[in-house]
Amino acid sequence: MSDVSFVRTEMLPEKAPPASEVGVLGWIRHNLFSSWLNAILTIISLIFIYYVLSNILAWTFESVWNANSLSECREIMMATWGDTHGHACWGVIKDRWLQLLYGFYPPYPVDPDATWSNPPEAGGWPAYFRPNLTFILLLVSIAPVLFTNVPRKLLFVTAAYPFLLPWLMWGGSIWGPLMVAAGFAIGYLAYKFVLPVAGSLTAMILAAALPILWWLFASGSVADAINSVIPIGIAPVESRDFGGFMLAILLGVVAIGVSLPIGIVLALGRQSDLMIVKYLCVGFIEFIRGVPLITLLFVASLLLNLFLPPGTNFDIILRVMIMMTLFSAAYMAEVIRGGLAALPRGQYEGADSLGLNYWQAQRLIIMPQALKISIPGIVSTFIGIFKDTTLVSIIGLFDVIGLTNGIRADTAWNGVYWELFAFIGVLFFVVCFSMSRYSMYLERKLQTGHR
Amino acid sequence: MTTLTDPPKEHFRLSMLLYDTRYRSATIQVIALIGFMLLAAWIISNTIQNLETLGRTVGFGFFSEPSSYDINQRLLEYDSRDTHLRAAFIGLLNTLVVAVLGCITATIIGVMVGVLRLSNNWLIARIMTVYVEMFRNVPVLLWIVFAMAILIESLPAPRAFRGENPEATMDLFGTVAVTNRGVYIPEFLFSRGLGDIHLFGTSSLRFDVSLDLIAFLIVFGGSIFAMRKVSAWASATQEKTGDRPTIWYIQLGLLFVPSAILLGALGFHLGYPELKGFNFTGGTHLRNSLIALWLALSLYTAAFIAEIVRAGILAISKGQTEAASALGLRPGRTMRLVILPQALRVIIPPMISNYLNLTKNSSLAIAVGYMDITGTLGGITMNQTGRELECVLLLMLVYLTISLSISAVMNWYNNRVKLVER
Amino acid sequence: MKKSVLLGVATIAGLAAGVAAAGTADDVKARGKLNCGVATGVPGFASPDANGEWQGFDVAVCRAVAAAVLDDPSAVEFIPTTGKTRFTALASGEIDMLARNTTWTFSRDVDLKFEFVGINYYDGQGFMVPKALGVSSAKELDGATVCIQTGTTTELNLADFFRINNMSYEPVPIETNAEAQQQYLAGACDVYTTDASGLAATRATFENAGDHVILPEIISKEPLGPLVRHGDHEWGDVVRWTLNALIAAEELGVTSANIDEMAAGTDNPEVNRLLGSEGTLGEMLGLDATWAQRAIKVGGNYGEIFAKNIGEETPIGLARGLNAQWTDGGLMYAPPFR
Repeated sequence: MSDVSFVRTEMLPEKAPPASEVGVLGWIRHNLFSSWLNAILTIISLIFIYYVLSNILAWTFESVWNANSLSECREIMMATWGDTHGHACWGVIKDRWLQLLYGFYPPYPVDPDATWSNPPEAGGWPAYFRPNLTFILLLVSIAPVLFTNVPRKLLFVTAAYPFLLPWLMWGGSIWGPLMVAAGFAIGYLAYKFVLPVAGSLTAMILAAALPILWWLFASGSVADAINSVIPIGIAPVESRDFGGFMLAILLGVVAIGVSLPIGIVLALGRQSDLMIVKYLCVGFIEFIRGVPLITLLFVASLLLNLFLPPGTNFDIILRVMIMMTLFSAAYMAEVIRGGLAALPRGQYEGADSLGLNYWQAQRLIIMPQALKISIPGIVSTFIGIFKDTTLVSIIGLFDVIGLTNGIRADTAWNGVYWELFAFIGVLFFVVCFSMSRYSMYLERKLQTGHR
Repeated sequence: MTTLTDPPKEHFRLSMLLYDTRYRSATIQVIALIGFMLLAAWIISNTIQNLETLGRTVGFGFFSEPSSYDINQRLLEYDSRDTHLRAAFIGLLNTLVVAVLGCITATIIGVMVGVLRLSNNWLIARIMTVYVEMFRNVPVLLWIVFAMAILIESLPAPRAFRGENPEATMDLFGTVAVTNRGVYIPEFLFSRGLGDIHLFGTSSLRFDVSLDLIAFLIVFGGSIFAMRKVSAWASATQEKTGDRPTIWYIQLGLLFVPSAILLGALGFHLGYPELKGFNFTGGTHLRNSLIALWLALSLYTAAFIAEIVRAGILAISKGQTEAASALGLRPGRTMRLVILPQALRVIIPPMISNYLNLTKNSSLAIAVGYMDITGTLGGITMNQTGRELECVLLLMLVYLTISLSISAVMNWYNNRVKLVER
Repeated sequence: MKKSVLLGVATIAGLAAGVAAAGTADDVKARGKLNCGVATGVPGFASPDANGEWQGFDVAVCRAVAAAVLDDPSAVEFIPTTGKTRFTALASGEIDMLARNTTWTFSRDVDLKFEFVGINYYDGQGFMVPKALGVSSAKELDGATVCIQTGTTTELNLADFFRINNMSYEPVPIETNAEAQQQYLAGACDVYTTDASGLAATRATFENAGDHVILPEIISKEPLGPLVRHGDHEWGDVVRWTLNALIAAEELGVTSANIDEMAAGTDNPEVNRLLGSEGTLGEMLGLDATWAQRAIKVGGNYGEIFAKNIGEETPIGLARGLNAQWTDGGLMYAPPFR
């Protein structure tokens, strides 16, 4: 019997964790089968996923692309698989995808008779050059607003874009948009030159009044006059030819773009100490937010012409744009109000203590910060408006959903259903999803940037 | 606003309206008011002039004309000889039905999904993310149309229930028929019923209230009241003696016995749907259009609510959970007593706007032919009478009233749950 | 601020659009384009093809009018309208004429202040049922579920029909023909009811058209025709007589094939008056002598338009029936060109 007790003097080497705790197996154990309940849920989910995917994938990929009518599709399906159900007929998308994207916008506006399949003989711009360019310019012009690491010079494109968009889309003489832009220049010059002479108030009134007078009475005739001397222009396109997915984007962009300044004014009005101004703004915002968009579209399609002077008649797409703008302005006002409310009180007080007046404080201190905070909200408002543009199909406009009615009224495609709606769903999903991801990225970025 | 130095005493001059901050705000307001009134007057005068040119008059006389169309889904009795006003009223009730049902299911689904997105089961969390992203990023109009199409294409037609060896059978022991025309569920019938009270006589707004229902509600309410009394008595006894008397069987008896006796006395039985002729008859028929709209609106709104709930839960700092467990609260109670009350404060305001959105989106009912107020007043009535101005304005007024009422109620609730800060 | 902008926009637009109070015919000529309201999509009557060109029976009427007035059948802007927006679009002057299979009724004519200039298709509401249902008459439809298109006279006729026959039914209102078709095929309704022409057109595109029958009952009169605003008689005359010219051309044997030959002059004075080689009918309309020639040349006479868009050779496959010339036992009867 020796009194030897074992004392370890050095550490044991670390053992590898059990195989069930690491690697794929460990991950599965922890994330999928951590408890009985979880295990059951996982198995149910797997069965669900298998069920959904097996149906959808078979439908999507065991499909017919080369067919010119639904009956042709059915014949091919019958010959290939022996039944006509459970297979997509993508022939309709192949036949009509351009229409779904661009509506009736002429692919070659200079040659009205040319079509996509029958392009003009030689020269000329590529098909759908104008809407495509407008879209690319849109991306270029919002890039400096959305991303910080983009050359600031692009802001010139941003400034020019409100005039480029109508010109490129509607066409016509370039002098019209230029003269509208000149109005802003007139306002600015008036302010600059009158300010030293007659004080800031007169300058501001003049800066507001002169451009309005110019737009109302002079700009049109001046544009015509210049155009008769130096005609520069592109073939005009009527707005009723706009349609498809392009119309959704255009309505969304115009509504958000135009409603941004209106929304700022409304938000400031709502925050204002001036009672009547405040109640007018609150009334407008609450009214618009209290009614469904579809009723506003009814107003656009049925009543707006009644409200305007007799003889006024502008086409339905413009009327819809007006109502969509008013609609989004109310939502925009609330988003910006949220941004204003999120600013610490000290910013207002700081501006006051520097002796800035109301507009200076708004311009230099409050708005830059408030707008920056509001960008995620603005993006989600845009996503909302963009999705809501599908409602115009109810009043008979040919947006993507409206076009499905037109397409299905063609005897070749009468009876097609899922293919069209799946295509539209995917289009919307891709656009909205990427925008919402961007907005989330921005939110994360702003969280650290602020306060 | 900049503060004023001691205002100089001077006589009022016209220019002070602009240059003196004391008067400037008044000037701006008066200008704004005048501008607004001018705009309103301009629009009204235009409208009058335009209507004159068209030879139309404005009036609501058409409301008392017979509507001449039928409405399938309705809560109250109605036929094509009833007035347009009655049709609008039926439509309004339909709007409210789908809005209320939608808000309830959207909340339930949304809260479930929001919690499941935070689940530690990777697969479940991913599936919920896919669900949320899919629904949030595709227009609700498409979802409504999809829901309708799925119901129509995947459910059996009533004729599939027919014959010796039917392709489809009724569910739940032959009491519920799920068809692509809707779901037929058993209805409540009373063989010795008390009858109805007829409110508003024969006017367009008339409706019947079932006395059986009222009696049942009174008895059931009484039961609940008695249960609370018993529970209070038990608590008082516990305070006094330290022993809580066993009361669960009394509670159970109080809950069910009086109602059962009443139902027995009234001759309560279920009316089951039965396939007769072209359709199922008997039972309550929930139309496909209602179900599709309900489903699509709830799933769409639930995706937004899920995000709100998730954000609300994440907004509560981890310290709260830790503090609660330090106090010895179990996870369930932690959730109920600590996390949720605080999360609710973050959740409620955006929830209000989602309920409002759901209600407004219910106006897309026309896409599936559900006869809500947009489908009746703003749809067929407007079409048949050609009274666009009256119908659209009234339609907006109705929605505005509904929206403002919802936000008033929800704001009141929000103020109650809101923590009083500092 | 916002209001002034809106005001400005409205005023600018008002100035740009000018006053539409002058005659519609003059407006159309000044504009160089005819604004024609059509349906958003009815097989055979109006639908856009893959190039965005509108095709169909109603569309052909618009093109004929454009050819007569503007000498250019492609100078038409087709404005899709829904059941809801069509009348407002016409009343507000957004469109010059509406050719959207619209039923001529008393209240539309008198109360809504429109002028129906004629009838280009005599229709009637019918029922289609699956053969398997074993129904041979609409009187056997008691308790049936019926798919209807909303925004038309159909739902009113249906309510009346079932009421008169003391039967019950379950209406399923649907916005578009395409959706109605889907529901009907899936068995979500037993019966599909709409204008008989629409039924035939829909049935023709079914996978198994033979499994469905159209019941013999026609429960309503649906005279479909183009319409214009009340009060502008000159323009109403132009549209009316263009339509009549198409109908008369068929009666007189003028086709797109022989029109050039006949325009040179024939033995039949009425043909000569129609085609402008004799008389001053065009001048009376405010057009030139060859207006009718141009209208007929676009798509041929009424019979040719019918055959090309909805006739028996097309997938729609409609028989002439009531729409045959009166000489063939139909109702197409153009007043004399004299």
